[in-house]
Amino acid sequence: MSTDATAVQPEPALPESFVGRTLDNIRGGTLGSWPVLIGLAVIVIFFSFKAENFLSPGNFSNIITQMAGTTLLAYGVVFVLLIGEIDLSISYISGIAGVVVAKLTVPDGNEVAGIVAILLAVAVCALIGAFQGSFVAFIGVPAFVVTLAGYQIWQGVIQKSIEAEGVIVIQDNTVNNTANYFFSEKAGWILAAVVLGIYIASVVGTFVSHRRHGVAVRDPWLLVAKAIAVVAATVFVVVVSNRDRGVPFVLLLMIASLLVLTFVAKRTTFGRHVYAVGGNAEAARRAGINVARVRLIVFMISGVMAGIGGVVLAARLNSVDLNAGGGTLLIDAIAAAVIGGTSLFGGRGEVKDALFGALVIATIANGLNTLNLTQGVIFITTGCILLFAVTLDTVLRRRQRKAGR
Amino acid sequence: MTTTAEATTPLLQLHGISKSFGSVQALSEVEFEVCPGEVMALVGDNGAGKSTLIKCVAGTHTPDSGQVLFDGNEVHIHGPKDAAKLGIEVVYQDLALCDNLDVVQNMYLGREARDWLHRLKEPVMEAKTAETMKSLAVTTIGSIRQPVATLSGGQRQSVAVARAVMWNSRLVILDEPTAALGVAQTEQVLELVARLAEQGLAVVLISHNLHDIFEVADRITVLRLGRNVALYERKQTTQQEVVQAITAGVPTKVAGIASTNPEPA
Repeated sequence: MSTDATAVQPEPALPESFVGRTLDNIRGGTLGSWPVLIGLAVIVIFFSFKAENFLSPGNFSNIITQMAGTTLLAYGVVFVLLIGEIDLSISYISGIAGVVVAKLTVPDGNEVAGIVAILLAVAVCALIGAFQGSFVAFIGVPAFVVTLAGYQIWQGVIQKSIEAEGVIVIQDNTVNNTANYFFSEKAGWILAAVVLGIYIASVVGTFVSHRRHGVAVRDPWLLVAKAIAVVAATVFVVVVSNRDRGVPFVLLLMIASLLVLTFVAKRTTFGRHVYAVGGNAEAARRAGINVARVRLIVFMISGVMAGIGGVVLAARLNSVDLNAGGGTLLIDAIAAAVIGGTSLFGGRGEVKDALFGALVIATIANGLNTLNLTQGVIFITTGCILLFAVTLDTVLRRRQRKAGR
Repeated sequence: MTTTAEATTPLLQLHGISKSFGSVQALSEVEFEVCPGEVMALVGDNGAGKSTLIKCVAGTHTPDSGQVLFDGNEVHIHGPKDAAKLGIEVVYQDLALCDNLDVVQNMYLGREARDWLHRLKEPVMEAKTAETMKSLAVTTIGSIRQPVATLSGGQRQSVAVARAVMWNSRLVILDEPTAALGVAQTEQVLELVARLAEQGLAVVLISHNLHDIFEVADRITVLRLGRNVALYERKQTTQQEVVQAITAGVPTKVAGIASTNPEPA
């Protein structure tokens, strides 16, 4: 037994402070949202000098409505990336949702209420997610291949199901409002108050429950500063929106989904298991976590978010056509999650990454558009940023591997 | 708690354990025991059957024949959950920690404290983790809220061991806990192992490193080619004698554990 003579040299423990832990986090390969937020600030400042109409309330509303569909899909992508998988089928799953709502609401005497159509469309997408996820979870087929097959299959289904019509115009108001409704000034403030109330209640709840169990809250001032920033951002958004058409419904949808999914990811056992499966699936299995179940549910979440996003995308055009779910939707959704800081290697990332990443992509596209630059420039710019984000992710992962060993 | 190993009844006793995989006889008629408050080392060359024996206790394998007694009662362990229910925890060589999760999250992995809404009770978990770390005198970890990725090998091993201990376990099996560690970190882990025994847990230590074993073990069971070779009191043997038993094998004096103590050569 080791006596005092052979006493262990204690390893230097980093100080329990914000600076100490931030350094520790960087050493361990987590940067949080800082890179994307700084990048976003740079982009906004750049365009506000370059493009005249960029910093206008109208354009702000445009960016929000343009990015909504991508953002909703990207939330689902975050979960899939967190378990270290990929879902390439989401764009066409979202197209399926569009086709389902459009077909169900065609006023031919058999139409269903808009809200029913939306729920059915999302349910169909959840089933598609479960179908694909079961191949990954129970049989072990690589998700890349399963969802690549899904990419083709659902594209085919969309084309087959509307080949007669070519285009279906959506006439149902409930469906169209998901993308095109703006709240009145008063309603905007009430909603902001409700959302902020929920947020602040959760922050206060953290303080209370920590105190009750005698556990110190880490960096209370940082938490307070973050809360103040969130309140300021919300007030800013409502003020700006109200100077245009009002707070868009899609913004509420994006924020509500963000809150719900962040709660699931960060505060529930399921969310914890998602991170565990992405970090070390074998360790998760040995710890008694049902890894297959986690994978299946994650693909269902991906399907659900693709479904909700698909409804919004269809509603924005007031129609679905043979191109539903095509274009850059898939790439944008995955890029949004990755640019936001979610790791492609699993286990690292947050739902809000998708929002920030989508904001970057939408802002660049919008800014370059206002500069009258072509689609080609937008692709090149977004591609370069994606490359940078993935490189950063890879470097961080290598650091994480080396750290402490 | 610190009664001598000889005076207490063994917590775990294995009698005549045999296990074969096809035509390969991995274990034949193996006897093994470990008492509360004792560190029992299990040594043997590659293929001696150490891992198979441990897996029979952990529930990964079921022995073909033989008896497993826990607390003097015969038990049948059919899976890791059965083992955990009895209070048997195994710390595997590759640790089974999630690098991206912090210390608290790893300690509670798969057994998170939660309410009826499946909401995590973070403060509860954090307080209990801090308490466990303190009771094991694991002081080298700066913050229990830092990701495991930032920890050194020794610290990670400490987390894995602490996790095994936290669940009111009574028997902790450590599979090569120091294999990948440097000198200072090995010391850390060995001190931790000694502390587990001091707290009254039964500890089984599998290791190739005789230096480690002679530092912490109370008794040493030697397996060779799936059979018992010898059982030594650490204080009454030498590393050389153990090496000889591992490599060449020495005749077991008497079948059965209690009297296997070989006469001094």
